[in-house]
Amino acid sequence: MNIDDIKREFPIFDDKIQNNDLVYLDSANSSQKPRVVVDRIYDFYTKEFSNVGRSVHYLAVAATNLYEQTRVSVQKYINAKDKDEIVFTKGATEAINLVANTFGQKYLSEGDEVLLTELEHHSNYVPWHFLRKAKNIKIEFAEINDNGEVTLEAIEKKITNKTKIISVSHLSNVTGAILPIKEIVQLAHSKNIPVLIDGCQGAPHLKLDMQDIDCDFYAISGHKMYGPTGIGILYAKKKWLEDLPPYQGGGGMINEVKKEGITYGELPNKYEAGTMATAQVIAFNESIKFMEKIGIQNIEKHEKELLDYGLEKLRKNNSVNIIGNPKEKGGVISFTIEGVHPHDIATILDEDGVAIRAGHHCCQILHDKLNLPATARASFGVYNTKDDIDKLDESINKCKKIFNLKWT
Amino acid sequence: MDLKDLYQEIILDHGKNPRNLGKFDNYNKDAKGNNPLCGDNVHVYLRLNENKKVEDIAFEGHGCAISMASASIMTDMVRGKEEKEVKEIVSDFLGMIKEKDSLETNILKDDEKTKLMSLSGVKQYPMRVKCATLSWHTLTSALDNSDQIVKTEE
Repeated sequence: MNIDDIKREFPIFDDKIQNNDLVYLDSANSSQKPRVVVDRIYDFYTKEFSNVGRSVHYLAVAATNLYEQTRVSVQKYINAKDKDEIVFTKGATEAINLVANTFGQKYLSEGDEVLLTELEHHSNYVPWHFLRKAKNIKIEFAEINDNGEVTLEAIEKKITNKTKIISVSHLSNVTGAILPIKEIVQLAHSKNIPVLIDGCQGAPHLKLDMQDIDCDFYAISGHKMYGPTGIGILYAKKKWLEDLPPYQGGGGMINEVKKEGITYGELPNKYEAGTMATAQVIAFNESIKFMEKIGIQNIEKHEKELLDYGLEKLRKNNSVNIIGNPKEKGGVISFTIEGVHPHDIATILDEDGVAIRAGHHCCQILHDKLNLPATARASFGVYNTKDDIDKLDESINKCKKIFNLKWT
Repeated sequence: MDLKDLYQEIILDHGKNPRNLGKFDNYNKDAKGNNPLCGDNVHVYLRLNENKKVEDIAFEGHGCAISMASASIMTDMVRGKEEKEVKEIVSDFLGMIKEKDSLETNILKDDEKTKLMSLSGVKQYPMRVKCATLSWHTLTSALDNSDQIVKTEE
């Protein structure tokens, strides 16, 4: 695969950003969008728009078919058994909230435990915290080790006979650690505990096979997968979607509504109340096709090369401290520079067109554990090149110069 | 935009070696402030004497060069001033960061104004304005004895 050709498919790189060529190293936050995705939204609104699933006119039927085609594409892409196991949400955050809310409602009561890890994003902690408040459940955190990874043993250590669900990241957005999710699922299932995987960072970068992983729930963010904002996926085993109560009430999710009672619709409608992000769902099909065309194995290989190159380069750069050293690691490098606060790093890098993120990356529990209030983070997408990493390294040197740090 | 405007020598100096850092014992007013978006936080402690004069002031916290320098310069500047004067300086400073081109108060000497104006570089960096203003809002909250933690996001 030719990265220059791939990069040309992203209009954002056509023009200078503040007089600089854009070096976009913030894909773990949100990825840029290929032209096919942007065009699809425009075309849908200008030529094909209608609401889905309700009216019988031509446009409504066509739009409904397009909407459902994305469901099938996602099903195939993640190798889910059934298309009804794919629920569209407004994002991965909503997907996790959906599970916490409905599973919590039905299966959690006072004293029950939910097992998370110390490296979870706030979106995989706060929804469970709501239950802690409402139902007096307990939240346990499997610990990270010195490499910034969570091992199977760390999970096992925290499982008790009160553990009712385990909810863990596939790939850490800070240390880049890839968790042994298949083994975690096997272990949990041997104790009859369901598992939710927060796949925000996993789905854009790793090959997914739901039937192989065998998790009960998997949350996906569309905008991190070269797709539009406002679209997420909840994969859930059919038995759960049939068993759990609905999440939000409204149009589209009902079967029959009477003054004395209501029955709910069939899957997947049961979980898709109201008018969904139709254009985004339809355009997300183009994101899937875009990734399929390149091939997830090729994306993985390319990002691994970038990661190895970036780690080597930054390790050689004095005063740069890389956070975490996991054996299995995705395309994320979090770092600090001694004597320069991450926000100052980000502002100085931005002046050269190098876009990174600084802060706690919505992982305050992890940063508390690392005893760092903030870190700087460079994260990769399919459009990044080794040249981008060279520019990152040069800009880091500029930071050191401004802050008068010794360097070689 | 020019980084030199943002990272002037005085900012780098105060950022790296903040003055008045650390709590002191006999404070009688204090307040906390934080910026939830980036995790910066500051805790301002001060002692107002019977004449409503700031006898001593210090801060604890962590943050970027801009926020540390701002708290450092601020604490230096308001020590020895009366509460009323402090409030005037705070509002003049916040007004300058927000819209005015210069400082207008007569309380500060010219060299003090020059020192404060070194923080005006953030005006070109909207995302960094909060770094410069957090400690000032927190000082106001301490003077008003507000129990509310100052947040830069509402």
